[in-house]
Amino acid sequence: MFVNKLRNCLTGIVSLVSFFWAGTAAADWKLNLTQGVTPISRQVYDLHMLILWIVTIIGIGVFGVIFWSIYYHRKSRGAVPAQFHHSTVAEFTWTIIPILILVGMAIPATKTLVMMEQTGDADITVKITGYQWKWKYDYKNEGIGFYSSLAQDSSKASALRSNIDPGTVSNYLLDVDKPLVLPVNKKVRLLTTAHDVIHAWWVPDLGWKRDAIPGYINDNWAIIEKPGVYRGQCTELCGIGHGYMPIVVKAVPEKEYLAWVEETKLAQAAAAGDSDKEWSADELKAKGEEVYKNTCAVCHQANGQGVPGTFPALDGSAIVNGALADHIDRVVHGKNLMPAFGGQLSDTDIAAVITYERNTWGNHTGDAAQPKDVKAGR
Amino acid sequence: MSEAVSHHDHHDHKPSGMGRWLFSTNHKDIGTMYLIFALTMLFIGGAMAMVIRAELFQPGLQFVTPQFFNSMTTVHALVMIFGVVMPAGVGLANWMIPMMIGAPDMALPRMNNMSFWILPFAFTLLLSTFFMPGGAPAGGWTLYPPLVLQTGAAFPFLIFAIHFLGISSILGAINIIATVFNMRAPGMTFMRLPLFVWTWIITAFLLIATMPVLAGAVTMLLTDKFFGTSFFSAAGGGDPVMFQHVFWFFGHPEVYILVLPAFGIISQVIPTFSRKPLFGYESMVYATASIAFLSFFVWAHHMFTVGMPLTGELFFMYATMSIAVPTGVKIFNWTATMWKGAMSFETPMLFAIGVVIMFSIGGFSGLMMGITPVDFQYHDTYFIVAHFHYVIVPGILFGLIAGVYFWLPKWTGHMYDEKLGKLHFWLSTISVNMLFFPMHFLGLAGMPRRIPDYNVQFTEWNMVASIGGFVFGLSQLIFLYLIIKCVRGGEKANDQVWEGAHGLEWTLPSPPPYHTFTTPPKVTEATAHS
Repeated sequence: MFVNKLRNCLTGIVSLVSFFWAGTAAADWKLNLTQGVTPISRQVYDLHMLILWIVTIIGIGVFGVIFWSIYYHRKSRGAVPAQFHHSTVAEFTWTIIPILILVGMAIPATKTLVMMEQTGDADITVKITGYQWKWKYDYKNEGIGFYSSLAQDSSKASALRSNIDPGTVSNYLLDVDKPLVLPVNKKVRLLTTAHDVIHAWWVPDLGWKRDAIPGYINDNWAIIEKPGVYRGQCTELCGIGHGYMPIVVKAVPEKEYLAWVEETKLAQAAAAGDSDKEWSADELKAKGEEVYKNTCAVCHQANGQGVPGTFPALDGSAIVNGALADHIDRVVHGKNLMPAFGGQLSDTDIAAVITYERNTWGNHTGDAAQPKDVKAGR
Repeated sequence: MSEAVSHHDHHDHKPSGMGRWLFSTNHKDIGTMYLIFALTMLFIGGAMAMVIRAELFQPGLQFVTPQFFNSMTTVHALVMIFGVVMPAGVGLANWMIPMMIGAPDMALPRMNNMSFWILPFAFTLLLSTFFMPGGAPAGGWTLYPPLVLQTGAAFPFLIFAIHFLGISSILGAINIIATVFNMRAPGMTFMRLPLFVWTWIITAFLLIATMPVLAGAVTMLLTDKFFGTSFFSAAGGGDPVMFQHVFWFFGHPEVYILVLPAFGIISQVIPTFSRKPLFGYESMVYATASIAFLSFFVWAHHMFTVGMPLTGELFFMYATMSIAVPTGVKIFNWTATMWKGAMSFETPMLFAIGVVIMFSIGGFSGLMMGITPVDFQYHDTYFIVAHFHYVIVPGILFGLIAGVYFWLPKWTGHMYDEKLGKLHFWLSTISVNMLFFPMHFLGLAGMPRRIPDYNVQFTEWNMVASIGGFVFGLSQLIFLYLIIKCVRGGEKANDQVWEGAHGLEWTLPSPPPYHTFTTPPKVTEATAHS
């Protein structure tokens, strides 16, 4: 695989030259910005190409003069130095011409920026909240909301020295468990905010990114013109999981979108009812292992050993092996750097993960937490 | 001419032992210490870069935890900016400014000593955090809250280190202004000063204006963490974005603080090896001053994605684009200096020409980023990383290296090994482009910054970049070897050293006596800058 990659490198270097002659074809070699699938993304791409061509031409011009001079105005070639050292005409010219070029760039740029600000008259609105380290999507008007975390196979393969070849994982680090589903050809208003630190939400195919800032809400829009799956990543350093909270947007025809909304509403209603159900220890442990891998392992590690000095070990921990109520309290309300998961996880999920932690690795408490215990502990 | 310069001061004795260095008030010795410090920090920051490039060589996490990776990117930047570029610039200023203006030393020699010794102390504070619980700072060199407030035991050390670094810079700046304004030899008018002195005057004013702002910003971080304030917490009525405004109000002029001394060096080197006066001396001074002035009005281009009102975004876009004009003037003036000259390509000139070309490449990507709607795609991706590394490494660092090659024979009295110097140049240039050019593609293709691992689509360019990085790092060992070899011996250098060199510093012996210009020379238009 390594030799193949190296061969690809060299091909890539050669394709570098072709980049300047094959504008749109270069996009397939991942050298250039995507044209994307929204009105904004296409205008942004066009603006990008315009500026890129302008600077390329200027560069060829200026560097051409420099290389000409290096060759012809050499002492070893017998050149005798001129002594001129000023020219008002030259100074004036190379001040005015750049100003005109800049004004020429600023006009389309202003138009595009103004267009990007038009967030009104949207068909649907979704609130996007950045967490350490996942996204939450809330469709307020539809009454649904869910977390979107890095897919399991990516998570496992991305562990330090996992020895799993990322090439065998589909959409490595760009896949999630629950994508953001949106209808095509509808104006979608996307609000970005955050729960803890600053994150940023970016899907290149939509044509923009925006910071997600705790306590503040940013306003953005998109009309996705083509059905498909569009992937992006968090683009503001937010801690150890910054590279592990991707975004997946699934754009589908409106009918499919509406069906998905109904389906999700029903599933969420069903899950809410689970709080009163009595679960068996095995059911809880199985579910709890999933929750642990998705939510807790990033800090406390898959083996429960934590990171000495930063994240405590759960294997052999006093809290995990102590009173159930204290354990519930810690997960629900958090402490210092540990977030309060009461706001992020359902009663059932918390009960499950607590049961798992108390009965795995070297912990054998033999007890189980029920969703109603968690509810009582909030 | 001989009465103007007293080479043979009858007591040219130097102090000896540790005391010579610990208590030095001599601008040459202090300059040397700054430069040795900067070179050491270059290898420390460079080692961190090697760790980063090793981890990013292939997808998958092979060597370090995400936490440690984030510490590497954070401390790499802090070391390079505050421990390499700024001290090297001040070191060159210390060595050269008094000699260039015909002064016997800096205006405030004891403060000069303290300005230097603060640096090893501050970096000991910073680097010691690697051994503390929670590890070294890992929130980015830009220190954005709320993330930076999650730093562990390292946090107060980080803040205090930054305070000390700021104090060192401010005191150094005061010294430079006091020296140039008060101690120029008779006849050395402002418009006869070498351009290196001009760029340092302007840099010094920028430092005094902006380092206190950084101090304010990090103090607010300190009080938010320990004293119950909520400057940057919405829950307490504050705003995390306010930090960004305050930080970048410092941060943007800071990048000009980094680059202007290097521009000054290039303005000395190119005329020398073109055997032709600098083209447009006056407009170079005005262009530098314009760049510095404009730099106060563009800070929010580092924050285009925070969600500013449209008017704000438009203002900062137009202001940012306007800096291209005076910067272009400088590039054109250097080109016009070369034009119809009689050039030779010794190592300083190779690096200087490299700066003109490769800084321009960085400038082009900078202009692209200044266009706000497109920056929404570039921001926080490898496109930005490519831009600032182009301007800082083959831009500023190559400029500083050009200065070292240019002035080493003056400082040591020996010519350095020209073959090794050229080898250093070519290896560095080829590898630095392999290292940073592909990052433009990575950013456009969608790779974010500050991530320890990535999707397989980004593999090829990351591999090229990492190989370039390893070669570039190793190439700097040639530079180290060459400097040591030159200090120890080499072909004897005469006073003027370079055929096209003009200026007071080139009237002194190589090496110059411990104390020079104890009697000020008289300067005429003929003996002034090149």
